[in-house]
Amino acid sequence: MAETKPRATREAYGATLVSLVEEGLNVCAVDADLAGSTKLGVLGAAYPDRFVDVGIAEQDMVGVASGLSLTGRTVFCGSFAVFATGRAYDQIRNTVCDSGLDVKVCPTHAGITVGEDGATHQSLEDIGMMRALPQMRVLVPADYDSAAACLRLAAATPGPLYVRMGRHPVPALYDEGFAAELGGSRVLREGRDVAIVACGVEVSQALAAADILASDGIEVHVVDAYSVSPLDEEAVLAAAERCGRVVTVEEHSTATGLGAAVAELLGERRPCPVHRLGMTTFGTSAPAADLLAHFGLDAQGIARQVRGFCQG
Amino acid sequence: MDTRDLRLAANAMRHDVIRMLAQSKSGHPGGSLSAADIVAALFFSGVMDYDAGNPDDHTGDRFFLSKGHAAPILYAAYHRLGWLSDDDLMTLRQLGSKLQGHPDSHACPGVEVCSGSLGQGLSVSAGCALGLKIDAAAVGATPRQVFCLLGDGELQEGSNWEALMFAAHRGLDNLCAIVDLNNLQIDGHVTDVCSLGDIDAKLAAFGWGVTRVDGHDVAAVVTALTAVKAAAGAPQAVVCETVKGKGVSFMEDQASWHGNAPSPEQAATALAELDAERDAIEKEA
Repeated sequence: MAETKPRATREAYGATLVSLVEEGLNVCAVDADLAGSTKLGVLGAAYPDRFVDVGIAEQDMVGVASGLSLTGRTVFCGSFAVFATGRAYDQIRNTVCDSGLDVKVCPTHAGITVGEDGATHQSLEDIGMMRALPQMRVLVPADYDSAAACLRLAAATPGPLYVRMGRHPVPALYDEGFAAELGGSRVLREGRDVAIVACGVEVSQALAAADILASDGIEVHVVDAYSVSPLDEEAVLAAAERCGRVVTVEEHSTATGLGAAVAELLGERRPCPVHRLGMTTFGTSAPAADLLAHFGLDAQGIARQVRGFCQG
Repeated sequence: MDTRDLRLAANAMRHDVIRMLAQSKSGHPGGSLSAADIVAALFFSGVMDYDAGNPDDHTGDRFFLSKGHAAPILYAAYHRLGWLSDDDLMTLRQLGSKLQGHPDSHACPGVEVCSGSLGQGLSVSAGCALGLKIDAAAVGATPRQVFCLLGDGELQEGSNWEALMFAAHRGLDNLCAIVDLNNLQIDGHVTDVCSLGDIDAKLAAFGWGVTRVDGHDVAAVVTALTAVKAAAGAPQAVVCETVKGKGVSFMEDQASWHGNAPSPEQAATALAELDAERDAIEKEA
């Protein structure tokens, strides 16, 4: 792999947009006073006319992005995921999605791995809110290169699209050759005892959990379901067929996120035991690694719960 | 069009609004009628430079109806442009219609963005104005103008004030916010429900140029909009004093006519009043 040092998916945001501008695409981005955190600042520094900062005004951010899209641009906008979606949900629903505008909502700082900022800043409902919207496609990349690929896919795909990125560094799983597809997924480990379907930072945690479980004699099948909506239904059905039981893992509410999407699919198409790992409460303040452990979403926690599920 | 023809156009559009709503038995007459003269000034005076023959052409000046519940007056304008047929008008709010309850960009030719959830149009207009300004600057051209029509009750939505700040900060002098100041919202007079206070002073304090006109004096509206197009350095607001339900005596200044359709009898009365007004305008020299 070209890159092995852990990097946050958010690092791909500004860097990829700079590349897209240099490749001649008519893209621009709108930020809401968090360009340093969202890593969009590099775009503004390199191409001031491609970057707009509206200040602390997420509703205006989505509206301005919408208006810019009506001048022929492909427009990205983002903030912390909790504000980019919850604060501007009506704009995303009624202006962006209902009109089918070429606006990409690409927030960073999703999930509990925001860490120390605590519950108010940890978005746990955004996947659910976005996947409920007609027209909206939802991508949750697991590492830097897949995040860059998802952003490229967003630029190449007309209409509304959501790319959920995080603050916490994650190990490299792919390389620059990763090509994201709507409705795509990747099988990262093959096993026959239990399938784990994960997205975002939880993919690398699930792989580490699979290593732990292998030493117990449990062979885990791991799917990176980066395209949460549309979901790679065939890959999920195949995993269920192969293993007979499915665990989902996400740093998001289990009520509406990837786990819900997988459970809905399997309930309708191939009923089997499903265990959803994720969040059922608000988060709290702590370093990201401590939070993953606290909520049972690190490798050890996932392994422990998968073991119990397999024995249950 | 001269002033007399603009007044006749506004009258005819009011006529269409009443016919549409009576047919659909649903819709918003009050804010459609209050905006009729403003819409006539925008679409038919020449102040807005656009391709009247092609609803899909968005290379000219742009218009966004932020107060989407006034969709009937927009549809009436489109009807006069030939973008909608009379038969289309009679399908308002019915299954499969181009004339959705609030403007729908997929259903209706000419509509660029779905609107109706209040407080969103000014941000969209600002983003559009910014994009046009950047594009024009790149080739040394004068940017196209963006007009956005808002209700006064709508200005209670806080998102407008985000947009007002942003547009002034970016010096979007190709953006014009037109406020249909009819002082009524669903629950009553704006000044009673939650007053905007001195709206002109607030807009000015936010860095906008402000012009106040009688929103039923078409000539005055045209003059104000023409001046706005020539203004430089700051976004411009034209605050139009209007009467909700204007042109139909029993609807005027009545909150109850915000979102209720007239019965056949009420519609007949309203249309007779509008016919009388039309005859009076036609008799003027």
